[in-house]
Amino acid sequence: MAVTGILLVLFLVAHMLGNLKIFTGETAFDHYAHWLREIGTPLLPSTWFLWIQRTALLAAVLAHIGAATVLAVRARAARPVRYAHRKKVNGSYAARTMRWGGVIILLFVIYHILDLTTGHLNPEGVPGRPYGNVVADFAPERWYVTLFYTLAVVALGFHLRHGAFSAFRSLGQQTPAGERRARAAALGFAVVLCAGYLVVPFAVLTGLVA
Amino acid sequence: MNLTLRIWRQSGPADKGRMVTYQVDDVSPDMSFLEMLDVLNERLILSGEEPVAFDHDCREGICGMCGLMINGDAHGPQRGTTACQLHMRQFSDGDTIDIEPWRARAFPVIKDLVVNRNAFDKIIAAGGYITAPTGSAPEAHSVPVAKADADAAFSSAACIGCGACVAACPNGSGMLFTAAKVTQLSLLPQGQPERYTRVVGMVDAHDEAGFGGCTNTGECTAVCPKGIPLNTIGRLNRDYLAATAKRGGTPGS
Amino acid sequence: MDLFTEGDPIADARAPQGPIETRWDRRRFEAKLVNPANRRKLTVIVVGTGLAGGSAAATLAEQGYRVRSYCYQDSPRRAHSIAAQGGINAAKNYRNDGDSVHRLFYDTVKGGDFRSRESNVHRLAEVSVNIIDQCVAQGVPFAREYGGLLDTRSFGGAQVQRTFYARGQTGQQLLLGAYQALERQIGLGNVEMNARHEMLELIVVDGRARGIVVRDLVTGEITSEFADAVVLASGGYGNVFYLSTNAKGCNVTATWRAHRRGAYFANPCYTQIHPTCIPVSGDHQSKLTLMSESLRNDGRVWVPKAKGDDRAPKDIPEEERDYYLERIYPSFGNLVPRDIASRAAKNVCDAGRGVGPGGLGVYLDFADAIDRLGRKAIEAKYGNLFEMYERITGEDPYEVPMRIYPAVHYTMGGLWVDYDLQSTIPGLFVIGEANFSDHGANRLGASALMQGLADGYFVLPNTIANYLAAGPFERVDASHPEAVAARRDVEDRIRRLLAVDGDRTVDSFHRELGQIMWEHCGMERSEAGLRKAIDEIRALREEFWKRVRVPGDDDGLNQSLEKAGRVADFFELAELMCVDALHREESCGGHFRAEHQTPDGEAQRDDDRFAYVAAWEYTGGDEPAVLHKEDLKFEYVHPTQRSYK
Repeated sequence: MAVTGILLVLFLVAHMLGNLKIFTGETAFDHYAHWLREIGTPLLPSTWFLWIQRTALLAAVLAHIGAATVLAVRARAARPVRYAHRKKVNGSYAARTMRWGGVIILLFVIYHILDLTTGHLNPEGVPGRPYGNVVADFAPERWYVTLFYTLAVVALGFHLRHGAFSAFRSLGQQTPAGERRARAAALGFAVVLCAGYLVVPFAVLTGLVA
Repeated sequence: MNLTLRIWRQSGPADKGRMVTYQVDDVSPDMSFLEMLDVLNERLILSGEEPVAFDHDCREGICGMCGLMINGDAHGPQRGTTACQLHMRQFSDGDTIDIEPWRARAFPVIKDLVVNRNAFDKIIAAGGYITAPTGSAPEAHSVPVAKADADAAFSSAACIGCGACVAACPNGSGMLFTAAKVTQLSLLPQGQPERYTRVVGMVDAHDEAGFGGCTNTGECTAVCPKGIPLNTIGRLNRDYLAATAKRGGTPGS
Repeated sequence: MDLFTEGDPIADARAPQGPIETRWDRRRFEAKLVNPANRRKLTVIVVGTGLAGGSAAATLAEQGYRVRSYCYQDSPRRAHSIAAQGGINAAKNYRNDGDSVHRLFYDTVKGGDFRSRESNVHRLAEVSVNIIDQCVAQGVPFAREYGGLLDTRSFGGAQVQRTFYARGQTGQQLLLGAYQALERQIGLGNVEMNARHEMLELIVVDGRARGIVVRDLVTGEITSEFADAVVLASGGYGNVFYLSTNAKGCNVTATWRAHRRGAYFANPCYTQIHPTCIPVSGDHQSKLTLMSESLRNDGRVWVPKAKGDDRAPKDIPEEERDYYLERIYPSFGNLVPRDIASRAAKNVCDAGRGVGPGGLGVYLDFADAIDRLGRKAIEAKYGNLFEMYERITGEDPYEVPMRIYPAVHYTMGGLWVDYDLQSTIPGLFVIGEANFSDHGANRLGASALMQGLADGYFVLPNTIANYLAAGPFERVDASHPEAVAARRDVEDRIRRLLAVDGDRTVDSFHRELGQIMWEHCGMERSEAGLRKAIDEIRALREEFWKRVRVPGDDDGLNQSLEKAGRVADFFELAELMCVDALHREESCGGHFRAEHQTPDGEAQRDDDRFAYVAAWEYTGGDEPAVLHKEDLKFEYVHPTQRSYK
């Protein structure tokens, strides 16, 4: 979980930084999007590197889901008879919602790809014009899209908050002081990432990016 | 105080089991929770019913034999307290209290609230020791141990093996129990020679017993009557990673 | 009617002679050995998995014997040794404060009020140092100094700091050490562990202990198990008083059944009453909780001067308080030994000056210590104990003085054993609290853990070889007439218990028996009281077999049935305890006879008449027990009057 999670987190960071390029203007953003497809050229043919990345990401996602499924199946098997009265004692909301949160994020990612990668669900959906697609996507009259994105990103934030802490733990973080630091870092990281992702749709919504 | 109890009754491993409601009146707030159950049992016996079977022994919070899920809390609402040390002043007149056994595949119900925790013994037998046959020990002062290490080892060694961690864990994991022993022994110089074989053996035995995996939710440490810290699991993970990296490695590496 | 008859004196045939420092060495040298290759052909049954039984089973298995271990709890780690708080004594002299093997030996003989064997106690003091080495090697997290070396403290009024400890959970840590060694042997297949099994009978074949009858507490199945030797490590019998600091399951059944089969029971009346327990809060009370003796280092014990003064403690002015221990024992004050502190508390309560519910309590006040050292310092020292007190009583001991009262804690008596720890039945060995051997009439603080581990790790594994060297003995199986008879006895008893189907619960009988014992055979005994107690016990026992109701059946987990069998044996033991207390017309250690006290109320021994071990032989049913005396000789420590004034 930890290793695949870290790979995915690295992607999330890069993706967020890329998104923020939208504030540098339409030309720069579209140029950046184009450049993504050309990384590695001329050593590799165009979009090859992108596909390598995509394959690696897909593998990480599948492995992450696979490991999560194994854990979930084991957890179910480990308690064949449920409690009649079960109270949540301590585990944070984030920790308790890892599994459903993960499913929601997965559904969102599929929608997100159909929306802004392939353009099928996008009102514009013009390949090579991501700036326009984004602006059309989060237009004020399509407030429900922004709302859905917001909810998904917040779910991601919760997932990251516990996921990041848990990854530290799985990789051997073992002192009480380190635990406090790991928890704080996980929270900070989740907040920063959420903010970084949400600033774009809200900028479109408020007309800051048009 | 007058209380309504809803207690899990199961006549044996093959029985399906059900929650049964009992009324207990005139409960003194100075009674312990188990004494309240004693009162119920005395009444059941005299009225020709089977008393509720529950495990208990020392009744002073150290043997680890008692373990009840009380209103969904392992060992009840008071933190750092075993069921036997929980007193009725923690409840109010008119309360309804649900009492269930620990629920885990690795802890099958024997009868009513009594479960079989032999899986914990198997985890210890798989490496939770230091090999030091009687008579072979060197003079006690020949190996000094830093006080901080000794104190930290003690904190982990305080585990009473009650199983509350498993009962509370949403994954039914016994990792806190396993980690407590791994941590104690891996902090001490005497525990170094077997440090890596120990952790692998114990984790394998843990998984084999049918416990779930750890997802660091922290429910275990919240209900632990001895406050075994969650970071022991980090130490277990660290030792486990080092051990698996070393597997097949050359001696002395 | 005669309560007992006197039989031939008994002697410890294994006790070696010569200078006391050389006896253990000499015994080990003279004892026969078993060839390592032959050990795996020999089976030993060990009943009980506490400090003594757990350490013995692990050690015997390490030596190569096949071991079968039994305990009534769900895991060997639960044995009640786990509840010992204070520490373990050892003559390491790490403090350079004048300690030595000889001093520990001397203190223990004196502390036992000159009713123990010098040879045994000296051996105990000798091996005490090995115990610490062994436990450290196992990873027991003893308290340490900043330099990394072991910390020690003084305990129970000892003038040297020889007590090793692991916070207030020394028993737990030592037991887990033994348990882990045992689990290792279980994992290696050298020990067959049978948890949730209770021994209900001893099988004696051709005069040798050859097996036990056990009941699987989960399935109810009764089986006969055989071995070349049987070791009982089943603990003490304090639960005869119903309320004690023992675990609820502690019982005398294993030793009592052995006694009925011919093993002598020695000094049953020697019981230790611990002065600092949390008082009874009501009729529902099911057990008593000990507060560590260390509290008396800083707490001051007092009661109101006036009878029936029910003001809140803070409203009672200084001049109206009686700090009675400081008043009566100015040099030791609040730190007098356990038996003396207990009896003093009883006396003030009997005089109507006790505090709390029923007037059965005295104050243990930390106000002065908090003023002097600050709340922080007290918290650091006793924080966990204060929390435990508050959990149980609902009172905050930082604000309101604690209330304490004495409670039964340990039983010095037990099955009679010789120097090899072998009972009067060949092949039956008895170790730990279950035997009588080392503490005389009173046990010193932090010595129970020492004795349990000494017996299990170092003494028994050496001495049992001398017996096993003659084995393996002729094969016995469940069809042997003795085995069949023993098993039938067990089954009949269970059937009888279930058949009564009366109108009183087992606990109600146990509680009543406990009250009789506490009243007449507790802290203070008198001839009239003991005679009355014997009559009451007999009547109650008769009523038990007519009116007890044991619900359920015998083919599964039946906790009422388990209790009923144990209480039935407690009735028989209780009577013998009273007979022993009655015949011992002196006061010594934990045995205080009202008729035998000095003018100022201290215990008065009678060394001319009673410097012996009283070993009782069971004669069956209603025949009076037979007393066999083992004379005690004191060559190294000369009996003196204990004085703490």
